[in-house]
Amino acid sequence: MNGIHDMGGMQDMGLVRAEENEPVFHAEWERRVFAMYEAVDGDWPRGAWRYQRELIPPAEYLRMSYYERWLRALSELLVKSGMVTQTELETGIAEGGNTKGRKVLRAAGVRPAIAAGYPSTSNVPAVAKFHVGENVRARNISPTAHTRLPRYARGRLGTIERDHGVFVFNDSEAQGLGDKPQHLYSVRFAARELWGSGAPAGDSVHLDLWDDHLEPA
Amino acid sequence: MTTTRRDLLTTAMTAAGAALTPRLADAQQPNPADVHDHDHQTVPSDPALRTKALESVLVAKGLVDRAALDALVDAYEHQIGPRNGARVIARAWVDDAYRRRLLSNATAAITELGYGGEEGEQMVVVENTARVHNLIVCTLCSCYPWPVLGLPPVWYKSAAYRSRSVIDPRGLLKELGLELSPDVEVRVWDSTAEVRYLVLPQRPTGTEKLSESQLATLVTRDAMVGIAQVSVPPQARA
Repeated sequence: MNGIHDMGGMQDMGLVRAEENEPVFHAEWERRVFAMYEAVDGDWPRGAWRYQRELIPPAEYLRMSYYERWLRALSELLVKSGMVTQTELETGIAEGGNTKGRKVLRAAGVRPAIAAGYPSTSNVPAVAKFHVGENVRARNISPTAHTRLPRYARGRLGTIERDHGVFVFNDSEAQGLGDKPQHLYSVRFAARELWGSGAPAGDSVHLDLWDDHLEPA
Repeated sequence: MTTTRRDLLTTAMTAAGAALTPRLADAQQPNPADVHDHDHQTVPSDPALRTKALESVLVAKGLVDRAALDALVDAYEHQIGPRNGARVIARAWVDDAYRRRLLSNATAAITELGYGGEEGEQMVVVENTARVHNLIVCTLCSCYPWPVLGLPPVWYKSAAYRSRSVIDPRGLLKELGLELSPDVEVRVWDSTAEVRYLVLPQRPTGTEKLSESQLATLVTRDAMVGIAQVSVPPQARA
C-alpha cells in the first residue's frame, strides 16, 4: 500500500531530535499498551500487527504518537478478530470470558517467550531465484495491501549481496494468505540509482527483499 | 479480491476507531449531535483512559494476566537494553576470533553472550572502518534489534529519521554532530524484513590498555545504530 508509513526518501519532515537520557517509556499507559500487545495471544496473522498500523488514515498516523498507534491497532485487531467487542472497549466492562480459548501468558513464561522470539525463517525448501553478485531490479508494483518493498526502491537496479535463506513472505502472511516461504536477500542499491546524480557516488542503501520483489536486471 | 480484504480491514478499523477516538475532522469541527446524544460520547478519548479500559477488559476476560504485563515491562525497562549490545561490541574489539564470528554469523555470536530472541531472531552485524560508515533505519516502521539495544528511542521511530536517513544520511549525521569525510562510504541498512541490524563501531584510539568491561562502558546506543562514533572521555584514556 502506498501509505504514509512508507516514508523513505520524503523530505521536510523536520529535524531529528534526540532526548537526553530518554526513558524507555514516557507514560504509564505506554508501558501497559506495550505489554498488552506482547502478552495477548492474538487471533490474527502475526504480520497483521504491522498492516493494521499502516491502515491508520495518514493525517491521524502523523498526528499520533508511536504508542497511540499501537493502542489503535491493538484495539482494532481485538475487535476485528472477535476477541473483544466494541461495547467492551467503550465501557471497560467485560461481557464474556476468553471465548476463543486463547492462550494466556503468565509471568513465569515471559522470559522464555522473549528468548524464544518469533522466528520467521522457514524450513520449507525453496530454490533461490537469484544469487550473490547478481544484478536485479526491484519490481515496479503498487500493491494495495501490506508490502515490504518500499516505493523508493521500486523499478531500481541493485545487486544481491547476501542470501539470508528462506523466510516467511510478510506481504502474504500479513493478509492471512499463507507463509509463501521464499529466499530473502540483502540487496545493495547505489544512492545515485535511488536519488539521482546529486547523491554521493560511493554511498548505498541496502534493503532486505524477497524473490517476489525482484526480477532479473 | 484485494479490495475486498482491504475493505474488511478498513470497516473493522473504522468501527473500532470511531469508538476509540474522535476522527480528526470531528475533533476539528465537533458535530453537536456527537457531543450531546451520541453513544460514543461515553468513550474515554485520552489514551491513558482508553488503555485502562482495555486492560480491565482483557484481564476480566482472562486474555491477559496482570503479573505477566508487569514482567514484560520490567524486562524491557530494566533488563534488556543497550548495555547488552555494548558487551557484544567490547568483546569483538578485544577478541578478533569473536569479531569474525560476529560478522559472519551474528545471531550465533550474540547467543554466545546470552542474548537473543524477540526482534533479534536473525541478526546481521555491519562493521564501521576508516573507509565505511554504516547506519541502521526502518523506513516502513520501527524494526530495531531488541535483544541487544532494547526498545527503540522516539527519534528512531520519528518521521524525520525514517524519511531522511536513506536519502540524506550525511546531512542528517552532520546535524547530529557527526561529519563524515567525503572519502568515507556511507551504507544505510533499511530493515525491511525480519532481519535486525547492529553496527560494530570503530574502536577509538587511545583505548589499548582498557579492559573489555571498561571498553563496554564507552559504547553507546547511538554508536550501535550508526548516528555517532564511540568517543573516549579524557579520564578514560589509558
